[in-house]
Amino acid sequence: MKKLIPPLILGLLIIVPFLGFSSYLMHILILVIMWAIIGMAWNLLGGYCGQVSFGHAAFFGTGAYTAGILYQKFGLSAWWGLPSSVIVVTLVSLVIGFICLRLRGPYFALATLAMGVIMRVTAENLVDFSQGDLGIMIRERTWVGKTWYYYTVLFIAAGTFYIIRKVIESKLGYYFVAIREDQDAAESLGIDTTRYKTVALCLSGAFTGLAGAFYMNYMGYIDPKVVFALHDISIVAIMVVMIGGVATFWGPTIGAIIMVLFAEGVRSIPQLGAAHMTLFGVLLIVIIIFLPNGIAGGIPKIGKRLRLRGVS
Amino acid sequence: MFFLVVRNISIFFGGLAALSNISFSVNKGEILGLIGPNGAGKTTLFNVINGFYRPSEGDVLFKGNTISHLKPHQICTLGIARTFQVVKPLRRMSVYDNVLASAFLRAKNRSQAEKIALDILEFAGLYDARDLISKGLPLGKRKRLEIARALATDPEMLLLDESFAGLNPTELNESIEIIKKIRARGITMMIIEHHMKVIMSISDRIVVLNYGEKIAEGTPLEIAANPLVVAAYLGDMASA
Repeated sequence: MKKLIPPLILGLLIIVPFLGFSSYLMHILILVIMWAIIGMAWNLLGGYCGQVSFGHAAFFGTGAYTAGILYQKFGLSAWWGLPSSVIVVTLVSLVIGFICLRLRGPYFALATLAMGVIMRVTAENLVDFSQGDLGIMIRERTWVGKTWYYYTVLFIAAGTFYIIRKVIESKLGYYFVAIREDQDAAESLGIDTTRYKTVALCLSGAFTGLAGAFYMNYMGYIDPKVVFALHDISIVAIMVVMIGGVATFWGPTIGAIIMVLFAEGVRSIPQLGAAHMTLFGVLLIVIIIFLPNGIAGGIPKIGKRLRLRGVS
Repeated sequence: MFFLVVRNISIFFGGLAALSNISFSVNKGEILGLIGPNGAGKTTLFNVINGFYRPSEGDVLFKGNTISHLKPHQICTLGIARTFQVVKPLRRMSVYDNVLASAFLRAKNRSQAEKIALDILEFAGLYDARDLISKGLPLGKRKRLEIARALATDPEMLLLDESFAGLNPTELNESIEIIKKIRARGITMMIIEHHMKVIMSISDRIVVLNYGEKIAEGTPLEIAANPLVVAAYLGDMASA
């Protein structure tokens, strides 16, 4: 039964464009799916392997810029950015991993935070290469409607979900969790912790980069402050997973739904203005206090509460 | 040729010599006890053999090859597994998953790893506890999980760091039985232990450390009669 759930959900999502939703609603759905990809990628590294990254914008932005620069400098379609971003971001991940993975716990988190910022500053200043603060704009859109963008991102998400699931159920997954639980114990059990942490980082980076390359194609415009943003990308990636449920299969997807809807909902109240960031913080505090394992990790607990209330 | 040779090992932490000029060797198939008062350097010595620390001087040879420059995971792959005095279970994983994670080292695929893990669980008497989350286990089972996890890497040599400390008499007897079964598999062992009755009964030979120096080496009978050892270690027990 449980095995049927992912294909069933995928089937439902495939018919969505035929339901005649407004293009705004389709836009929201595309964002949800894109964030689910980033969440799943972050969860692989931060949730399963225990290496909390505050710098996933580095991967997202690199993916986006790979697509953008292919278009801007080499005159190729930005869609080539999807396959190329995997390669470029993996290489960047190797460099970042080489520098950051020798650090543990909070020090690793801080180093990745710095990496995200370094990438932003670099993109802002390599004006000849990245157009600096001007950003990169794709002048001709591939599709006018949302449908095909929706299918593209859905395809990437389904692939990401499938691959990450396979990875987690394999030897790699066990090694990742062993490293998260106790790095010294893992090392003394014959696990090459540096190597497997690097693998986790590269996988996580590559999927995040794919989402970035898609973002370039979909939004048609990027600049360093958007795609390398600490608060709008790196932190939101963490929140998506924290709210949905760390180290769960469905957590990032649930978190993406909540975060995107919440952000859109709050933004539609003009009086609040930029206060939506404050509300994110409040939401995170509430989640940490009442559902420390996130929503997916807390479902059994919620069910129990509801049942108890029903009896009494 | 000796199975494991520790040759003139010294290690300094700052100005302090945690181990100074330690040499001894282990024969294949034997159980070597390692005793000494608290702070004598027993666990430090394990950390050197296992690769967590690099010795300041001297080297460790395993089957004739020097291993003191290798990392812990490489040393484990060569066939030396260890347990920790302060148990380090993979806390949020079940007992079975703990053992499975280390069984992957020698297994070609998942089903083979699962088979190894189940065999080891049976061997270590943890089969009934396999689905429990390891952070909730009582100490006796956690100590045994350490041993099971080390065994799942199919070692030729096992370093046991106080695997009997804090056990009740029943658990103690179960663990001694397991040690005897491990020996029957032909696995060489080095055992750190404070429990005199246990170490005297299961060791073939004993090495005694005190303040980072080796003060005696010999059979349990020789050790018990050695005045240096009695003064350094057993003397305290006798007066207690």
